[in-house]
Amino acid sequence: MTELTMGKALNAGLHRALADDPSVLVMGEDVGTLGGVFRITDGLLSAYGPSRVIDTPLAESGIVGTAVGLAFRGFRPVVEMQFDGFVYPAFDQIVCQVAKFHYRTRGAVRMPLTVRVPWAGGVGAAEHHSESPEAYFVHTSGLRVVAVSNPADAYVMLRQAIACDDPVIFFEPKRLYHAKGEVDLDVDLADAAPMGLARVVRTGRDATIVTYGAQVATALEAATAAEDDGLSLEVIDLRSLSPIDLDTVAASVRRTGRMVVTHEAAAEAGVGAEVIAAITERCFHHLEAAPVRVTGHDIPYPPAKLERHHLPDLDRILDAVDRVLDRPHSLSEVTP
Amino acid sequence: MTYPPSTAMGPTTDMGQVSRLITAEGERVSDPALEGWVADVDNALLADLYRDMVRTRRLDAEGVALQRQGQLGLWAPCQGQEAVQVGTARALRESDFVFPSYRESGVQLVRGATPTQLIQVWRGEEQSMGDPFARGTAGPQIIIGAQTLHAVGYAMGIQRTPAAEGARCDEVAVTYFGDGASSQGDVSEAMVFAASYGAPVVFVCSNNQWAISEPVTVQSRTPLADRAPAFGIPSMRVDGNDVLACYGAMRWALERARSGAGPAYIEAVTYRMGPHTTADDPTRYRDAAEVEVWRARDPLARVQTLLQARGALGDALAADIAADADRLAAEVRAVCLGYRTRDPLSVFDEVYAEPHSGLERQRRAYAAYLDGFEEEAR
Repeated sequence: MTELTMGKALNAGLHRALADDPSVLVMGEDVGTLGGVFRITDGLLSAYGPSRVIDTPLAESGIVGTAVGLAFRGFRPVVEMQFDGFVYPAFDQIVCQVAKFHYRTRGAVRMPLTVRVPWAGGVGAAEHHSESPEAYFVHTSGLRVVAVSNPADAYVMLRQAIACDDPVIFFEPKRLYHAKGEVDLDVDLADAAPMGLARVVRTGRDATIVTYGAQVATALEAATAAEDDGLSLEVIDLRSLSPIDLDTVAASVRRTGRMVVTHEAAAEAGVGAEVIAAITERCFHHLEAAPVRVTGHDIPYPPAKLERHHLPDLDRILDAVDRVLDRPHSLSEVTP
Repeated sequence: MTYPPSTAMGPTTDMGQVSRLITAEGERVSDPALEGWVADVDNALLADLYRDMVRTRRLDAEGVALQRQGQLGLWAPCQGQEAVQVGTARALRESDFVFPSYRESGVQLVRGATPTQLIQVWRGEEQSMGDPFARGTAGPQIIIGAQTLHAVGYAMGIQRTPAAEGARCDEVAVTYFGDGASSQGDVSEAMVFAASYGAPVVFVCSNNQWAISEPVTVQSRTPLADRAPAFGIPSMRVDGNDVLACYGAMRWALERARSGAGPAYIEAVTYRMGPHTTADDPTRYRDAAEVEVWRARDPLARVQTLLQARGALGDALAADIAADADRLAAEVRAVCLGYRTRDPLSVFDEVYAEPHSGLERQRRAYAAYLDGFEEEAR
């Protein structure tokens, strides 16, 4: 085991993928000489050369569209979108081309692309640098969507995503790039949990908190704080948003009977809505209360000085826990 | 210093400003830019090109007829564009890779698409024309201009393909698109990437004057061939109704890309004689007189005239070519009428290359639902 930041773990994962498979390419804006604006691709250019680590023109649709052609030619491109808000110009190529070529050609063409997206808020950034666009991609068949929450997962899941024969949209929470954790750099991918599985990161009996990405840490803080009230909260890190591991969530909800889903993205038609709908279909008779969402507001991402009001924090999560437990709660008497 | 746009010619129908080797009257003329690229084209090859153009036109007519009879959901006619499609595609090697739009039926035909493949997309049975690797040609692309980036990426892949026995990999990627697509950001981005990396890719722009109802003047104030040089890509503007000019221009472009000199661009000035698709009514937006002007520039008639003048298209050969085209049309009709739609649960196949638990749940649920009907019927 080695203690690494998530940024270093991702960097190590890219190094390993490039070393293991000559068909793997890294491409994106500033990924070469600079090593990426977050330094996730640091050192790759000098190790693997400009043929495999490609500084691209500043054109996101062009980056993904040419990656499609490279996949046609048998390569496995790992594309960096630089910032979450910059993935939108590539949206057409991702949802109309990357997601559909395998289906369109009845399996003749594979699109083993990994689209890395430095993702979500909490870092005091300018507009377009704190977006949570995951629901757009979850809604598109043909894509896999994952979100990492710790350095160990970042290292393993990035390698799994690159090895996967399907396209993977890979969300990396920017505010965790410097968060440290233990990483097993020698882990055998065959032994690691598949990236499609959720993980119970804390067990509990009174309610289940379902989340992903940087919100996992916030949910864990809430669970720790709830101990003072004598509450035992289970926290599930979804890890994968397409597919969603409903079995793990349902097993938990059948035990606790109560569920809160939290994410930074807006509530309307989001991942939380999907989780609640799917779990309600499966576990209706096990539910003791209506599940509650704790999310970003349905607003454009606010200016940095106001983002703490947008990002669901520990108190908003605990308030929702009070509601699903039918406990007196002071913060929001009104059901939204 | 400022650079004004060239004002010498508009983007549209000034046919005096294009390179040409066969006039609309079927007369062989000389063009300094093209002559060297067609010096070895004999009457036999010219007759072969003519044969493929006749087959393309016959295929197109059958496609329109089958749509009108309710057998196809849609057809995108290519009548009038046979010369650019056949001329450029016949210059390719088998190992080259083509990324076309939805109107390149003639390109697909030349690249070896079977009658089944040619109609399955438009019949609504498949979304593509089968395995693209089997004939080095992707299926019809509907999102305008998206395929130009795929071709450039493929060409970047060619550059990264290990050389065989010391020789550089000399395959070329080719993309076809229209004048409407030239306005798309993806086409500009494709030219940026192609030029920046010197990728072995050829852009073939079939300027057929109309993007559904919008004339090319809405897409551009300059000839489309003028755009490529601004990206660092040399271009050629040819008479798209002259198969020999298209063939020669394509050989120029391919040789450039093959030899490592980088991308090239061809604007083939042509005309879509029919509607955009069978769902379109061009009489609402264009003048019948304009169509007649272009009918007089028919790409098939001029080759026929030239071959006849040379005594290279005797009755027997003409009859053989006609029979060949009829045979193709009959095959297309037969496979169309004989098509059997696949199992409904196959819609869940090949969405993913690896198992996806969410989709597998839906598949099981729908299978159980369908089974319910069978049990009822028992």
